[in-house]
Amino acid sequence: MSAYDHVTAARANDRPTSVDYINRIFGDSFIELHGDRRFADDKAVIGGIAELNGKPVTVIGLEKGRNLKERMSRNFGSAHPEGYRKALRLMKQAEKFHRPVICFVDTSGAYCGIGAEERGQGQAIAENLMEMMTLKTPILSIFIGEGGSGGALALAVADEVWMLENAIYSVISPEGCASILWKDPSKTAEASECLKLTAQDLFKLGVIERIIREPKDIESKLFDSLKNLIADTFAKKAALPPEKLVELRYRRFRKY
Amino acid sequence: MFELPDIFNFLKPKNELENQGEFAQNHPYIPEELWNKCPVCKTAILSSDLMENHKVCPKCGYHFRINARQRIEMTLDEGSFVEMDADMTSTNKIGFPDYEKKLRNAKISSGENESVLTGTGTINGEPTVMAVMNSQFMMGSMGTVTGEKITRAFEYATEHRLPVVIFTVSGGARMQEGILSLMQMAKTSGAAKRHSDAGLLYITVLTDPTTGGVTASFAMEGDIILSEPKALIGFAGPRVIEQTIRQKLPKDFQSAEFLLEKGFIDAVVQRKDMKEFLAKLIRLHPDTATMEVRT
Repeated sequence: MSAYDHVTAARANDRPTSVDYINRIFGDSFIELHGDRRFADDKAVIGGIAELNGKPVTVIGLEKGRNLKERMSRNFGSAHPEGYRKALRLMKQAEKFHRPVICFVDTSGAYCGIGAEERGQGQAIAENLMEMMTLKTPILSIFIGEGGSGGALALAVADEVWMLENAIYSVISPEGCASILWKDPSKTAEASECLKLTAQDLFKLGVIERIIREPKDIESKLFDSLKNLIADTFAKKAALPPEKLVELRYRRFRKY
Repeated sequence: MFELPDIFNFLKPKNELENQGEFAQNHPYIPEELWNKCPVCKTAILSSDLMENHKVCPKCGYHFRINARQRIEMTLDEGSFVEMDADMTSTNKIGFPDYEKKLRNAKISSGENESVLTGTGTINGEPTVMAVMNSQFMMGSMGTVTGEKITRAFEYATEHRLPVVIFTVSGGARMQEGILSLMQMAKTSGAAKRHSDAGLLYITVLTDPTTGGVTASFAMEGDIILSEPKALIGFAGPRVIEQTIRQKLPKDFQSAEFLLEKGFIDAVVQRKDMKEFLAKLIRLHPDTATMEVRT
């Protein structure tokens, strides 16, 4: 598979979204919580509390929507500042109640619009990066589709970052890269290669800890194995004193 | 005042730039020692007058972009700057096409090794750690060395209990370093957080333009956030927004004054007042931790 094949797969309309992962991994235990307590409830970010093998966890996901109607209401998974602020509110809540945080990342990027700028898109992302770095509870981020730049990183300052086999994670979209480099957005395939945005490339660069294989029948097998993997990882992280956890997280990002 | 025609267009670089081909063609050489044209009101200004006026247009108040060394000269007490990590340079870690060439050109055109200078110095006698970004080096884009130098500056300041002042100017993350440039946002934010948790002061001064990954990380993390007048400050650049929403942006959208009104910066400060303003702020933040040790 070429890098561009991964880009296409990551963006495919029939790919499971955060809602699918939440439903299949946490089932009925998921209670959705809304709003950033400052401005609004951003539907591009879904968040709440759930049970994982009987233990409480905070769940946050960037949600693209599964059909056109949903996609419109969720702004195609591109969050406004209030989305990142909602996520941070839920993370702080998780820290207070000593439960781990799991983030599902799937976004082409933070939204670029008038309202987003007026309400401080840059400031909202920056605050998440800063606060997540010292959040005294385990954080795990799983890239399930697209990981678009700062808008993805704002949910990925984590103790471990995993990627689905066909997910991508990049500083700029391949289209954006191609139009800057060659003034030609059609050279997306070449740009995809240059950016090293596939799970394989990022694993080699030491940016992610784990690649999740995508079985042919993604629906049936993926979620059960992922559920156990997440539970095991949280059990290991929970055994660490919070100060140690935060120190390791700092070092994880300090090395780049 | 009159409109200055582009009379310097015929002038070609006389130095080593001559052989840089594509680069030289795209960057007409303007002898800075003579005249400068204000890009806003088009007034022609004698360079010596402009320098005297802190590189601010005497007619419309436009703040010309200045390089990092000039900024340090204007801000720190004479001779007080001690540079850190001056020799660090970037390498092409992900094998991005033509990145080495871009770096070489950036080094020649800016005379610097990277898009940020870091070091220590005093502002009206107040010791501080300072980082100044440089728009002449790949539009101040943030690569791994940029992030590393800023992180080290924070770590040094945390260890020695000093304030940090950062002048930002940046087009954002450096595409040529791929995901590793994105990681600098997290790395610098982590270092800023540790400095903050140690109870120390961090001031950012946003200058024209500050956008992208720098806005979405350390630029917006200061205890106090200042800006120069009319600076463009945003997450997405205006062209990207216009393409996304398919409409023209209102005038002065994303200007420093706009951000002030929306509540994202503390004050817009004229360049001529910046040094004293920073010194005052630092004086108002004595290190209480070391004071307790003393008493």
